[in-house]
Amino acid sequence: MEAGTRAERPSGAARERPRWPLLVVPLALIGAAIAIFAALGGPGLGERQGPPVEELAVERTVLRPGEIELSVRNTGPDAVEVSQVSVADTFVNFSADPGGEIGRLGEQQLTLDYPWQEGSPYNVSLLTSSGATIEHEIEVAVETPEADLGFFGLMALLGTYVGVIPVGLGMLFLPFVSRVPPSWVRVVLAATVGLLAFLAIDGYLEGTELGQESGGAFGGVELLFLGAGLAYLALAGLDAYLRSRRSEADAAGVGGWRLALMIAVGIGLHNLGEGLAIGSAYAVGALALGAFLVIGFAIHNTTEGIAIVAPLAADKRPSLVKLGVLGVIAGAPAILGAFLGASVTNPELSIFLLGIGVGAIIQVIVQIWPSVRDEHGRGLYPASVAGIIVGGALLYATSLLITV
Amino acid sequence: MAKPTTDPRLPERERRKGVSRRGLLAGGAATGAAAVPLLHGLVPHAGVHAALGEGGSPDGAASHGEASKAAHGGGNNGPSFRQGATVDHAANGFNPTEMLRDFDWGKTRRLASGRVLREWTLTATDKEIEVAPGVHYPAWVYNGRVPGPTLRAHEGDRLRIRLVNSSEHPHTIHFHGIHPAQMDGVPGIGAGLIETGEATTYEFDAEPFGLHLYHCHAGPLAEHIARGLYGAFIVDPKEGRSEADELMMMMNGFNTNFDAEGNQVYAVNTVGFHYVNEPIQVRRDDAVRIYLLNLLEFDPINSFHTHANFFNYFPTGTRLEPTEFTDTVMLGQAQRGVLEMCFRYPGHYMFHAHKTEFTELGWMGFFEVGGSAEQRSAPAAFCDLPGAA
Repeated sequence: MEAGTRAERPSGAARERPRWPLLVVPLALIGAAIAIFAALGGPGLGERQGPPVEELAVERTVLRPGEIELSVRNTGPDAVEVSQVSVADTFVNFSADPGGEIGRLGEQQLTLDYPWQEGSPYNVSLLTSSGATIEHEIEVAVETPEADLGFFGLMALLGTYVGVIPVGLGMLFLPFVSRVPPSWVRVVLAATVGLLAFLAIDGYLEGTELGQESGGAFGGVELLFLGAGLAYLALAGLDAYLRSRRSEADAAGVGGWRLALMIAVGIGLHNLGEGLAIGSAYAVGALALGAFLVIGFAIHNTTEGIAIVAPLAADKRPSLVKLGVLGVIAGAPAILGAFLGASVTNPELSIFLLGIGVGAIIQVIVQIWPSVRDEHGRGLYPASVAGIIVGGALLYATSLLITV
Repeated sequence: MAKPTTDPRLPERERRKGVSRRGLLAGGAATGAAAVPLLHGLVPHAGVHAALGEGGSPDGAASHGEASKAAHGGGNNGPSFRQGATVDHAANGFNPTEMLRDFDWGKTRRLASGRVLREWTLTATDKEIEVAPGVHYPAWVYNGRVPGPTLRAHEGDRLRIRLVNSSEHPHTIHFHGIHPAQMDGVPGIGAGLIETGEATTYEFDAEPFGLHLYHCHAGPLAEHIARGLYGAFIVDPKEGRSEADELMMMMNGFNTNFDAEGNQVYAVNTVGFHYVNEPIQVRRDDAVRIYLLNLLEFDPINSFHTHANFFNYFPTGTRLEPTEFTDTVMLGQAQRGVLEMCFRYPGHYMFHAHKTEFTELGWMGFFEVGGSAEQRSAPAAFCDLPGAA
């Protein structure tokens, strides 16, 4: 048997020879070819046709009294030098750090000496050395809040108001859903599907809109899909892991807890994006922190709380600690999002986070769907269809209250 | 009458002499002023650059950059280019300060008939010029400058202007004035378009007297004008004009991003805010005559306003009696006029377009009025208020 196995191999000598050169040699050859091609400047291709392509994306705008600070990044293929800057058709004195031209993907901070007025819109025009203009719109000039302790406290409060508290309030429906017949629970779960589908579509639309606006040094809409794919796969992996750990105990109905956790994670990732939108709107002064907005968010996110507790209907006595954990997982990311949104105004990051929210929600819908099926195994039956419609409509209606 | 001469440089040499004398005086004033702390952030530093005749040398440019740093604008003090940076006039091949008083009388000789013949050669080329510190514009130019040379003659002179096209585009020269159709410099008539490498000569009489202009008339017309193919064309009356410190100001602008919607940089004589960095040196109670033209493309109007002073205005310069005593005039494209004024008090006087958007985008400057012991007194017509005499 042993001898026979050996005889079947092509040769004993080949087996002894190390395999690493088969990997390293092609890699080395590829590297050498690229190096030679680059060193010779792409032989035979000649110079690029036409004038230089000058692109700059303004990644961050900070307004201080008498001063506008722009962080710009070169998103084009050629170096760009900002020679002059005008604000509202007036040339202004400015300083650039670091000075000189901005290389590909390079960054520069421009500090403009301009007496801007609170509440006015401004158009900033960057005039490059070749005479090209790159326009940047400041929709409403408002002094940028300093990122101090009070500011972080405010963001934490805001995130708690719009994330943690409403989700917790929604979870108060648990006693109700645990006392209704299974067929009712299925309808509530169907409503959750409708509600989540609405959130996914909403996130997708917002992400594509942002993607079309951003300069795109690090991509635009593709970041949305990248984030969505990553979140979907990560949650699928997490789910598989939870299933394997709980497979023994699963027989009873602990599956409800797993599903609730998955929903909480999905909604949490969505709320991260929501917090981001609130934080960045606040940072640019586009958000009135009125009671109306907070109430709107509260109603909107209360429905998310119902979605989390729906799978727990079968669980007769879930511990308060567990419920608390679910609420924090689903609601607290709004706080983190508000921090990020208010301190790092980066459209690419926002798109990516929105994508993560979308992917997470799609994964959660896939998770919930089996629980919606009735005793005949049908997913779509009159009651579930009605539930999906009601869920979507509820979120549509509450979303009208919170236009950021 | 005109002094016939075969030396085309003579008028310029005369001008240079004048400038260096003025420059010396201004330099003295500048040194005095430098010892006194500047009272106002907006007051420009004296024109050290022009006074010392350092015309764009690297050292001159650097030291001037330093001087202008404390000089103008910024924040509530008004518009400003990025401070510390200046235009490289040497690379441009022309300096707006020198262009003010650079009148080209041409190469002259007397014809058998006794008339004066003036000849010029204008070579059209493509040239990148710096219109604001660090901002380059691919211009089309006559004789390497924007505006082209200020051609000057007396009424009744015979004029011959040879156009040599060394540009990559077809061009013409179209003169405002009275002349036969063949000499009008438009496509399809007479010599028509002058293609790359070709040349032609436009010949006509200098009439009527006044302040005129010339520009390329090839299509697309807006582009051929906007790119810089234009210049002033001054026809003096037969008897000449009274003696004065004469300045040519071409109001222009540059649409550097080529969107054909307005301009990015506005100026007098091409370089934005140039006369903020280098105020125009004039003397107290001197007669100052300004030949003002508007060749701005893509904007319907332009205007000119002097601070703390009034001027007699002669539209198109075709009459010797002023039509108005004012401090602001409004001009459409190709409109022009002669301004006569004198400054009663020493100091810095702003002048700018009272289309303030243009002002803040580069069309602004200063007169620096210096006094001196040997100051000339201007003819009464310049300094008296209307009806006072």
